[in-house]
Amino acid sequence: MADRGLEDLLRPLAGQVLGVLVRRYRQFDACEDAVQEALLDASVQWPDSGVPENPKGWLVTVASRRLTDQWRSESARRRREATVAALEPPAAPAGPLPGDELPGDELAGGRDDTLTLLFLCCHPALAPASQVALTLRAVGGLTTAEIARAFLVPEATMAQRISRAKQRIKASGTGFRLPSQPERSDRLPIVLQVLYLIFNEGYTASSGPGVHRAELTVEAIRLTRAVHTLLPHDGEVTGLLALMLLTDARRAARTRPDGTPVPLAEQDRSRWDAEAISEGAALVSQALASAPLGPYQVQGAIAAIHDEAARPQDTDWRQILALYGLLERLAPGPAVTLNRAVAVAMVQGPRAGLEALSTLDGDGRIARGHRAEAVRAHLLELAGDRGEARTAFTRAARRTTSLPEQRYLQAQAARLTPRDR
Amino acid sequence: MKYMLLIYNNPAFYEAWSEEDRTALFSEVDQIMTELRESGELVGGEALADGSTTRTVRVRDGVPAVTDGPFAEAKEQMVGYITVDCDSEERAVQIAARWPDARYFAMEVRPVMHTTVADV
Repeated sequence: MADRGLEDLLRPLAGQVLGVLVRRYRQFDACEDAVQEALLDASVQWPDSGVPENPKGWLVTVASRRLTDQWRSESARRRREATVAALEPPAAPAGPLPGDELPGDELAGGRDDTLTLLFLCCHPALAPASQVALTLRAVGGLTTAEIARAFLVPEATMAQRISRAKQRIKASGTGFRLPSQPERSDRLPIVLQVLYLIFNEGYTASSGPGVHRAELTVEAIRLTRAVHTLLPHDGEVTGLLALMLLTDARRAARTRPDGTPVPLAEQDRSRWDAEAISEGAALVSQALASAPLGPYQVQGAIAAIHDEAARPQDTDWRQILALYGLLERLAPGPAVTLNRAVAVAMVQGPRAGLEALSTLDGDGRIARGHRAEAVRAHLLELAGDRGEARTAFTRAARRTTSLPEQRYLQAQAARLTPRDR
Repeated sequence: MKYMLLIYNNPAFYEAWSEEDRTALFSEVDQIMTELRESGELVGGEALADGSTTRTVRVRDGVPAVTDGPFAEAKEQMVGYITVDCDSEERAVQIAARWPDARYFAMEVRPVMHTTVADV
């Protein structure tokens, strides 16, 4: 799919078309393959023949035809294999034949289908990597090749991941229905986590070889927006959409052309996306005012405070510190402690920040990681201890697995190396 | 997260084994490879020819010098690698621990550098 405009048209339809098919014919895995083929047909035919008057109806018809073709050839094969045919009757498609008039309500049903599909793709029996891949293909309408390219793995690896995920869902016996209300509140956090994972994969992609990955951010925001439209009163859905918009708003300023990161305080704020910031900030305020508090809303609120400061020195660090305190109670974890330590340093001074950071020393994984060391280096420099800061930057540079971050950290260490002896 | 699992052994050790035992060893490796392919974790891998076929290249003052044999003299040599894309370092270590060479020699689990950038 080379044509951007065509992609924008097709991708939002993928989940809706799949929803229609699965409700008609069951068999999620076969329907999913048929929809992918129909999307491919559209991307090949529409640039020449023009976009049909009813794109969704066209896709439903073509996908249904693909599906029945597949069944016909399968049942023919079964007839040849007499023993198998004796064991199970050939599968016959239920529901109307392709080309039949589509009932209006069936086409309109696309809204809830997207949510049902998301719950299915983010099934708790699947590993996060599989949930992500299946969501992008079934709901996002991306091809396996596109997903593989975005995650920098061979297409065969990604194809295997997706087909195994579909087998698992089949084995779990989960039908195509919206989970009950109590089950939904257990599983919505998984859906949101998957959407946030997709977003972060795209957002953290630097320029250069990872440029395809940036598309993931667009997909994640589009899908989260769809969930927000369906569940407008869920504060965490609103909070996540806000967090994505407020984070993505800084994308243009967060890396240099060579891919090395630019710290928040040094970013050119005129390059931030003002429209995304005002939409994100409005969503956060709306969620905080009306819904029970949750971690995405708090993170969204923190991002809003950063984004709304005209200059770094205008940042309301006191409020950020209070919000991190809140976040530490709602969703404690080493990453929160790390970020809170920075806020402590900005409000109470670098020594207090270093003390807050030292609470992580017992945590093997984070203490061995580069991020804690990079924060320590930054705070040591603020405290005026250039020698220790340099050592910490060097240690962080050795520990990171990111090449651009390594270049950045090495440059920080070099900056602190005394020139006159 | 991608990890490269470096496989180390001393070929002389396996040369002393019976044909039958060596076949069993290979099928053990095949089994792990099949599982990793099916789980969607296998990214790639290669086996390397015997260390004695190595040519080591050094350039000093712009002059290349090519010598026979490996750079680091050791009885144990790197004989191959596989790259996996898995959810955690624990999982990569778990895969490495299943490799037969880990029982007699060692496997190294090395994170592969990437180009993603978190906020700093």
